[in-house]
Amino acid sequence: MIDDTTGGRSSPSERHVQKQSITVVGAGIFGLWQALVLARAGHRLRLIDASSEPFTAGASRWAGAMLAPDCEAEAAPPEVRTWGRDGLNIWRATYPHLIDNGTLVVAAARDQPELVRYARMTHGGAPVDTAKIAELEPDLGARFSAAIYFADEAHMDAAAALRWLMQAVRDMGVDVRFATTTYDSGSLCIDCRGLSARADLPALRGVRGERVIVTTKDMRLARPIRLLHPRQPIYVVPQGDDRFVIGATVIEREDAAPMTVKSALDLLGSAYALHPAFAEASIIDMGAGVRPAFPDNVPHIVIDDAGKTLRVNGAYRHGFLLAPVMAHAVADFIDSGVRHPAFT
Amino acid sequence: MNIRDSAVISDQPLTLYGVRFSSRLLLGTAAYPSPAIMSAAVRAAGAEIVTVSLRRETAGNAGSTRFLDLIAALGVRVLPNTAGCRTARDAITTAQMARELFATDWIKLEVIGNDDTLQPDVFGLVDAADVLCRDGFKVFPYTTEDLSVAERLQRAGCDVIMPWGSPIGTGRGLANRTALESLRGYFPDVTLIVDAGLGAPSHAAAAFEIGYDAVLLNTAVAKAADPVVMAEAFRQAAIAGRLGYLAGLMPPRDMAVPSTPVAGTAFFDLDAKR
Repeated sequence: MIDDTTGGRSSPSERHVQKQSITVVGAGIFGLWQALVLARAGHRLRLIDASSEPFTAGASRWAGAMLAPDCEAEAAPPEVRTWGRDGLNIWRATYPHLIDNGTLVVAAARDQPELVRYARMTHGGAPVDTAKIAELEPDLGARFSAAIYFADEAHMDAAAALRWLMQAVRDMGVDVRFATTTYDSGSLCIDCRGLSARADLPALRGVRGERVIVTTKDMRLARPIRLLHPRQPIYVVPQGDDRFVIGATVIEREDAAPMTVKSALDLLGSAYALHPAFAEASIIDMGAGVRPAFPDNVPHIVIDDAGKTLRVNGAYRHGFLLAPVMAHAVADFIDSGVRHPAFT
Repeated sequence: MNIRDSAVISDQPLTLYGVRFSSRLLLGTAAYPSPAIMSAAVRAAGAEIVTVSLRRETAGNAGSTRFLDLIAALGVRVLPNTAGCRTARDAITTAQMARELFATDWIKLEVIGNDDTLQPDVFGLVDAADVLCRDGFKVFPYTTEDLSVAERLQRAGCDVIMPWGSPIGTGRGLANRTALESLRGYFPDVTLIVDAGLGAPSHAAAAFEIGYDAVLLNTAVAKAADPVVMAEAFRQAAIAGRLGYLAGLMPPRDMAVPSTPVAGTAFFDLDAKR
């Protein structure tokens, strides 16, 4: 351990903050953010991952990478919105390639009650008419008579963001090692292994999700579109280079077997209903992953091994949104003992 | 003790295939914001039976048991369902998987005829019920309010018939109340459960008021702004509706009948028409 020589942060008790030797285990979205924030706070960091190459295992590579705390409030516990607003702000202050265009929520004419319900269950959305829809998304304007626009939300190219975070972590001097599971037991361990940590976190479960990536030049979207439906709502996230992520199913099952025909029909059928241009899009990837989740579907930080291990897990559908919040929660805890509500 | 109390006490517990229950509310486990909220809603509803969709949620994969562990921790009876099955064969296979996975011969039988309306395919339903009953299953068939289909299901061996209130997830309540009343009248001794379409606690109360033995619902609770409070609301509505039925509802009349004679009271104004 080394003494804090920066003097930048001091707790109310004026004690010296101890800079620590820390190992972050798991280089998904949670682990990358932990490594970045803790390295920036002056700790000595190592980031290790069991996979031999970056982003080849784990749930993060399946993410839609939307920062949509207001929209998620429709079906998520209140923490997701409260913490998610913090997450959005941290991303804005950190990541230069965020696309800050909000979210547009639409529904087919016969599913208008879904739009009414969505407006009731959320805050921050503004009802918009055809003219405004056409202004926001020219390709959708004539297709929908009503929508809800959430201006204060953002999204990103998920793969590019993971690569950027990895580079930022390396630039901070973090020792990054792949195909590694062992670490110095004398260091503090931040366990971000997702579902691989389930033996140590009995409450953790897996929730299957499937998504398709298509590419087409016949379609332009400036922001994520959520198409409401009573049974299979979808989102379509433009990720640049004419790519669109269409997701995602939520199935209480823990297998990552390839996408089922039914899910493909549901997702692609809904995308086609959103805009017929998707009929001629090329499918470049279809896949299924398993999200780690606690019973309340909210991420938590569990103190284990008499304080030598902090387990940060349960990202569920909100890994990108809440990863920076969990990272700052851990950093604040290490530096000043403050416990964010995410601590159990 | 007043007359209502004696009626409550004389109410028989709900009996399904020989098993007795004090709650008359069956709750689905899908589409909640989280399993934690689902568990709290089941407790608030006082439900003693929950349905679990086998095909989508649990499809026989080893290691996929954590969600089922959470269901098991509720300590209530599980009624697996064949939601999403499109053919009798599909439903029969799913029922057999459910019997293994949940160690129960109870099955909520759904054979869907139309993906859009989720209308039961009553022909496939009767075929599947016939096979499953002979195979020893205790079948809870999700059907329409059609009398002849109910008769076929009963003949196949179903002690319980579950007509829809309205299509799954629509929240429209008892769309064809007259037919549901007629079904109750034709099958006074069969256990009848309204399954699907209930959107408000008053819809559940209405089902009990026309003499139905229980109700089964999911979306109205799971998608409420506060599922736990809505579960409690349905619990109270079920009790209110059942008590109303037992107490004996007054028949509706076409003419107003003042409960107090009007003539001779201080407010009876002979010159009112002037």
